[in-house]
Amino acid sequence: MLALSQATPEVVAAAAGPAHWIWLAVALPLAGFVVNGALALWRPTAKRAVSIIGPGVLLAAFGVVLWVTRSVAGAHLEEPIVVHLWDWIRAGELHIPLAFQVDQLSIVMLLIVTGVGSLIHLFSVGYMREDEGYARYFSYLNLFVANMLVLVLGDSLPVLFIGWEGVGLCSYLLIGFWYQDKANADAGKKAFIVNRIGDFGFLVAMFILWKALGTLTFREIAQVAPGAFAGGSAVVTAATLFLILGCTGKSAQIPLYTWLPDAMAGPTPVSALIHAATMVTAGVYLVARTNVLFALAPMSSTLLAGIGAGTAIFAATIGLKQYDIKKVLAYSTVSQLGYMFLGVGSGAYVAGIFHLATHAFFKALLFLGAGSVIHAMHHAYHATHSHEDAQDMRNMGGLRTAMPVTFVLMSLATLAIAGFPLFSGFFSKDEILASAFARGASEPVYYLYWVAGLAAALGTAVYMARLITMTFLGGNRTGAKEAGHLHEAPWIMTGPLVVLGLLSVVGGAFNLPAFIGGHAGLEQWLEPVLAPAARIRPAMMPHGATEYLLMTVAVLIGLGGLWWGYRMTSRATLVPAAKAVPDTGFAAVLNRKYYVDEIYDALLVRPLLRFSEQVLWKEADQGGIDGTVNGVATVARALGRVGSWLQTGQVGLYLVLFLAGALYVIHAVTR
Amino acid sequence: MPVFAPELIGPSLMLSAVLFCIGVAGVLLRRNAIIVFLCIELMLNAVNLTFMAMGQLYGMSGQVIVFFVMSVAAAEAAVGLAIILSVFRHRATVDLKHVNLLQG
Repeated sequence: MLALSQATPEVVAAAAGPAHWIWLAVALPLAGFVVNGALALWRPTAKRAVSIIGPGVLLAAFGVVLWVTRSVAGAHLEEPIVVHLWDWIRAGELHIPLAFQVDQLSIVMLLIVTGVGSLIHLFSVGYMREDEGYARYFSYLNLFVANMLVLVLGDSLPVLFIGWEGVGLCSYLLIGFWYQDKANADAGKKAFIVNRIGDFGFLVAMFILWKALGTLTFREIAQVAPGAFAGGSAVVTAATLFLILGCTGKSAQIPLYTWLPDAMAGPTPVSALIHAATMVTAGVYLVARTNVLFALAPMSSTLLAGIGAGTAIFAATIGLKQYDIKKVLAYSTVSQLGYMFLGVGSGAYVAGIFHLATHAFFKALLFLGAGSVIHAMHHAYHATHSHEDAQDMRNMGGLRTAMPVTFVLMSLATLAIAGFPLFSGFFSKDEILASAFARGASEPVYYLYWVAGLAAALGTAVYMARLITMTFLGGNRTGAKEAGHLHEAPWIMTGPLVVLGLLSVVGGAFNLPAFIGGHAGLEQWLEPVLAPAARIRPAMMPHGATEYLLMTVAVLIGLGGLWWGYRMTSRATLVPAAKAVPDTGFAAVLNRKYYVDEIYDALLVRPLLRFSEQVLWKEADQGGIDGTVNGVATVARALGRVGSWLQTGQVGLYLVLFLAGALYVIHAVTR
Repeated sequence: MPVFAPELIGPSLMLSAVLFCIGVAGVLLRRNAIIVFLCIELMLNAVNLTFMAMGQLYGMSGQVIVFFVMSVAAAEAAVGLAIILSVFRHRATVDLKHVNLLQG
């Protein structure tokens, strides 16, 4: 896929042929949404049709993407292929066509979204089989993928924004999928509202860019921005800061990360697809897409890297003391997203995208593995009519014998995320840390970020080892009656896991560094897209001895963390959740997530609610608006009462008035 | 053979004005619906007299209009009397003071 032959016009033209069919990749899942939605409304029992259509359209979209990729791969495009569909907005000078952009970056994202998406759709066939809302589930999932593809394909910020909002909507719908439980509906609402704050930032950034540059398409921004903005100027810094606000919302970074752990209320494959592999990485993608702006605003980049590093260590520590298997993975996702932002903030966009890709593999695998575990636990408890928590790791233990496939695959994913040498996460995480360290030479604050990143790597290894130990090793704590009901998931669920396991192990090959004989494939592949930023603020990489030293440190920390997490957990006396004593001291603080939700609740949510109730509702709405409406009515009625005095019902008076009027008219006319 | 008598135009107009004013006064002052109705007729006929008198100066069209007025007045009389009759049936009076359903 990485032919470096100089692109001739004929080759590019040949590549443009299939690329113009890229809209099919969006249209297919959209059609799946319509059909599955119709089935959900009128034939919810037609599960066999849904099982074929739901994953089928995704596999077809994946096929389209592969076909386009094959045609583009040989061409070595310098310019993106823009597929103009129709004019969307025409207002004065604002002219926004609905156009898709096929270039190296969108190809990478397309492959991840449709590839990992297909696997997760297949897994869902097994996981959601017995759910009443099976058709509804797949229609939402298809709609999500369609929106996600619009997001990565959009050739301008507004088109990207369609997808950005669309995936937010689908996220809301799927988090609250089991809406009969109010907690789930609340979690969906929280995700939606927190994301609105970020979307506000996105919108303001668009306004600023339109005002300053007069264009919103990525291609023109990359051309115009270096001339229009001086490096570090106020306007571009403001625009990027608002973009960062948007990214912190969508990609769950400090201070807007709180929705993501709650989003685990949705079905587990949803967590894998939306809240690990694709949607939450949209912020990283957006930064990479607008790389030229971030290169022009070093202050924003530094802030972004700081947010990333801070979130990485913060979320990793919370993950240490969670007992819900999905919550651990949720905080792990927040933490890993922090890594990606540390990467793109350091100017190492390739490293950020690389980690995005490898994270999509191993985190999707971890979530689906957790789904497989929860599936088994749920069945076991269902069989014995127990109401224990099927997601609490304290109720698991020793599942390796019952679920060997899931155990092996999740262990592989754990090694990948902990940065075990030669696994995919090792390369991508190492690259991010190395670039942050190298940036430290010119901007010392990056050394601090690097330390935070290393600490987060330690935390990651510890909580993942803890997760594996509590879930799969030791003795079983599910219960004597239940233990016999624990069983491995069917092949439709383990199959996608195997593929993801393979990718988690060898995913590093996509961007193999030079020192072990690779040629940094992804870096060369993305070079044309990232060239505008590279000219202004090139990524920095350590070389020689420093590189090896950094790598050794990272590996030692990862291995040490794994060992530590295993020892700590296996030595602790674990009891089922029902009999567990609450944590005390700092462990309790971690378990309660630093009380951030409580603090937000006290500082923002409740004052806002009280303000809404006391001022907006009782004063402004009931007093002001209702008062105005009722006041108008009162005045009208009073005037009417005055007017009704004339209506005596006496014909004589009417006639007198009539005569007076007639005389006046005659007088006026004849004067 | 039309009679041409310009000397009668002045007195005719005077008479018609007097009749009209009587009609107006009656409509405004009287409370009996029948009387009011008669006063309206009086006003119509005062106007008719004006038309006739002016027809002396401006040709036949004034006299033609008189016929229209008379036919409309006939129709109006039928409708008006019917109304008065039905008001009387409902209220057993034609005193306009007591016919005040539209009082606000």
